[in-house]
Amino acid sequence: MQIFSCPFCGPRPEPEFHFGGELGNHRPAPDCSPEAWAQYLHFRTNPRGAAEEIWLHIPCGELFKMHRDTVTMTALPGRALGDQP
Amino acid sequence: MTARRLPEGGEVDRSRPLSFTFDGRPVQGFHGDTLASALLASGERVLGRSFKYRRPRGIWGAGTEEPNVYADATDGPRFHPNLRVTLEPARDGLDLRSANSSPSARADRLGFLDLFARFLPSAFYYKTFFWPNWHVYEPAIRRMAGLGRIKPSSAPLPDGDQRNHHCDTVVVGAGPVGIAAALGLSRSGESVVLVDDGSRIGGSLLFRSARIDGMPGANWLAAAEADLRQLGVTVLTRTTAFGIYDHGLIALNQRRDDGPDRLWRVRPRRIVLAAGAVERPLPFAANDLPGVMSAEAALGYLRRQAVLPGLRIVVATNNSSTDEVAAAMTAAGAEVTVVDARQGRRVARALGRRMVTGVVLEDGTRIPCDCVLVSGGFTATVHLHAQAKGRLRWDDARLSFVPEAPVAGLVTVGAAAGHFALAEALAALPETLGLPDVPVADSAPYDITPLWPRPGQPGRVWIDLQHDVTAKDVELAARENMVSVEHLKRYTTLGMATDQGKTSNLAGMALMGALTGRSIPEVGTTTYRPPFAPVPYTSLAGPRGGSRMNPVRRLACEARHREIGASLGDYGGWLRPAHYGSDDSAILAEAKLARAAVGLFDASPLGKIEVIGPDAAAFLDFIHYNTVSTLKPGQCRYGFILAESGVVYDDGVLVRLDDHRFVVSCSSAHVAGVHGLLEEWRQDRFPAARIAIHDATAETATLTVSGPKARATLAAAGIDADLSDTAFPHMTTRWHGSGEAALRLTRVSFTGDRSYEVSVRQDLAPPLWDRLAAAARAEGGGPIGIEALMILRAEKGFIVIGKDTDGMTRPMDLGVSGPMKAKKVDFLGRRSLFTDEAQRADRNQLVGLLPADGFGPLPVGAHGIDLSGTTPRSIGYITSSHPGAALDHPVALGLIERGAERHGQEITLHHLGQRRRATLCPPCFLDPKGERLHA
Ligand SMILES: [Zn+2]
Repeated sequence: MQIFSCPFCGPRPEPEFHFGGELGNHRPAPDCSPEAWAQYLHFRTNPRGAAEEIWLHIPCGELFKMHRDTVTMTALPGRALGDQP
Repeated sequence: MTARRLPEGGEVDRSRPLSFTFDGRPVQGFHGDTLASALLASGERVLGRSFKYRRPRGIWGAGTEEPNVYADATDGPRFHPNLRVTLEPARDGLDLRSANSSPSARADRLGFLDLFARFLPSAFYYKTFFWPNWHVYEPAIRRMAGLGRIKPSSAPLPDGDQRNHHCDTVVVGAGPVGIAAALGLSRSGESVVLVDDGSRIGGSLLFRSARIDGMPGANWLAAAEADLRQLGVTVLTRTTAFGIYDHGLIALNQRRDDGPDRLWRVRPRRIVLAAGAVERPLPFAANDLPGVMSAEAALGYLRRQAVLPGLRIVVATNNSSTDEVAAAMTAAGAEVTVVDARQGRRVARALGRRMVTGVVLEDGTRIPCDCVLVSGGFTATVHLHAQAKGRLRWDDARLSFVPEAPVAGLVTVGAAAGHFALAEALAALPETLGLPDVPVADSAPYDITPLWPRPGQPGRVWIDLQHDVTAKDVELAARENMVSVEHLKRYTTLGMATDQGKTSNLAGMALMGALTGRSIPEVGTTTYRPPFAPVPYTSLAGPRGGSRMNPVRRLACEARHREIGASLGDYGGWLRPAHYGSDDSAILAEAKLARAAVGLFDASPLGKIEVIGPDAAAFLDFIHYNTVSTLKPGQCRYGFILAESGVVYDDGVLVRLDDHRFVVSCSSAHVAGVHGLLEEWRQDRFPAARIAIHDATAETATLTVSGPKARATLAAAGIDADLSDTAFPHMTTRWHGSGEAALRLTRVSFTGDRSYEVSVRQDLAPPLWDRLAAAARAEGGGPIGIEALMILRAEKGFIVIGKDTDGMTRPMDLGVSGPMKAKKVDFLGRRSLFTDEAQRADRNQLVGLLPADGFGPLPVGAHGIDLSGTTPRSIGYITSSHPGAALDHPVALGLIERGAERHGQEITLHHLGQRRRATLCPPCFLDPKGERLHA
């Protein structure tokens, strides 16, 4: 069981979290091409190694950003959505 | 039979006898026995049957590695399958049954299987039972295969117990090296947990002679136990560290006398693996006969439980560890012959049918005996290191894989690191653990010569006792090119089940290497995965389960529903009245009552999510398919929420309470999903501080009054609001009363009849229910369950998302295309509605269907079929089907290709081999003009 760190609540066990998708999959403009829309809807990079992701901490309801390594399973502390970058 | 208990010695307490039964026969033992030692002392040799050939088997080992003997135990009302007899203390009154035999290990009904062994090679099952279908053979094979039984009639095992724990260091294995590590780390200020799967700590010190710090091993151990207590080290015996998981979690299973197993989830800063090593068998023909035992295990039984395994003993070995074994057996009165491969002497085969009666050496010498103690060297127990993704290195001097280097957070010491001599193991501690001061031991160096199975060795040489894999099976795998170690494992099942390669792997790899011209490290090892040893499901599950795993949500008025005989069922996680009374003919009667007079329905699970704040209207314009911001306070609007794919995700009525406050009502099973979706977009796309979202579902009860007498029922219940159509028109909401007891009245309809939803703080709902129920009865109506509501809504053509829609349904497929064409602002899923796929003309669309063949209601799930091509083609399916309540015929809804333009056409349906005919029609069967809403 992994330990993730919610930027609001601190380190918590994995069952309290829900995966929210890859960071940076921005919603295209309403008049975008079908290809751009399909890219947004269906395509993911699914990286081996370093990954930037969105996670939801279920008890507090906050989404946040997290750097995770899909090979070593290390997870850096989460960052609030508003924080840069 | 010649194994027997010595009159004195050992740690058993002869003043405390006990007895239990094994396959119906009584077994005597003493306090301090394990089940295995008591069974051995009883002289019984055949204690199990092998997994595949049902060969008679006896005890091989003394710990987790035991591959042969398991037993199902009946302990009063409880039943424990697959008890590990080598690890369980003997207990008075247990009733044991050998786990892999019927009716008993001694007389196994399937023992004849062994006579057919040459017809049962590896992969026999895959090759033979392939035709026509594995499932034809599976039940009989399953009855024969496997370990243990399930006894559903026995009392359920108590819930497992679970602990979470943090400490500096977990030391796995409490032999002399583990104890020395725990003492040293504890003295340096660390909090330490020391675990061992035996019932006492001490490891090899409990049965091997040693000198540590100048004193006998037993004295050093007694002093160390006192020191551990004084230092406050947490010592867990009968506890197996079975797995290492992400982020340094180590899982321990503790077997307890006074309760169910306890699972420990420990997060230490460091794990010290001192798990020791497991003795390997030697390859000779019939090396599986009862009476052939691990020499190390036999020494343990002799010194700990005073059980002498035989009177004429052959010690067959390739290493120095058996020197002490042979001496001890001789001292205990046995006649011992040593066959040592280091001196060029090897056993060729064991003699005997049901137990060993002698051995024949490779030089032809015949030695009669009643017991063969075997040591093929030791395999370091590196499972946890490998689970933690640590790499292994082949040590050619010690003939074992050992950890190549420590992994982060885990360091391996002692025999688990390949230090099979105690002096060497302790001497390595200062460097590996950074300890200044460790005990010093005198011990002989470890000396071993290779003795692996050779290709073409005559007879049946067993490699894996637990899964009945012989050297010939490995040779067959090599011939069929299953030469990768992972293929070898899957093809022959070598190293599977609880053995996990503890006793069997190396011999298999060595033989595969010899057959393919590779060295053992070139063959490599299979992947190590948790658990190291079997763990009961009760332990893993802990107290979670049943209603604690998935608690049902309860209505505030549940007691009222029960009083009038409601049949309650789980609907979307809520316990709700399906209908009233036990007879489901009540469903149609309730629906007719609601059409004729009035029905009272508990709609409390309906989602009520409040969206509040200055940006709430703009936010909901984005969330909803329909335009929300044009609603005036007090108005309601039915609409959809789409997923970004354009598929309808949920529907419901949106209520605007005032400029900055809305209630999103959603399907009762969808509340968590819609709430999550709202939060996601609020946080990701909008100024989060200008919108607040609050799920008020649980705190608000909603009672719905529907039917021509709905208005009269409200008035009769004392709700003295102005209910005239001008003051309170359809699709509006208003407050009645003030303060905590205020009612919110909402005039919306899911039945097609005049309806009012009355919402109130949930704890105030039961008295409101009483007033409304009495009033409804006085008006000729009464309570209705959710099944009647389903009839009413289907007659009117109102859909249920997820039932009348699927993962392809866009709003225009439901006949709602206005917002797509006219809405000015962007919204969730909008772009998807303009894709080529969404705009196809041949999409499945919502239609009504009426039976055209006089055979009664159409079956849900029946497919419409197009018969114009060479093969029938599905053109959609029926989603809902109900008898009529106001109507005198059944009705159905469905998603049918081009359905909207085919009203009036007849189609053919196919269902479970039957053909039906149905006429397509608009998806609204009752009152298309909506006059009943105002009746
Ligand atoms: Zn949080």
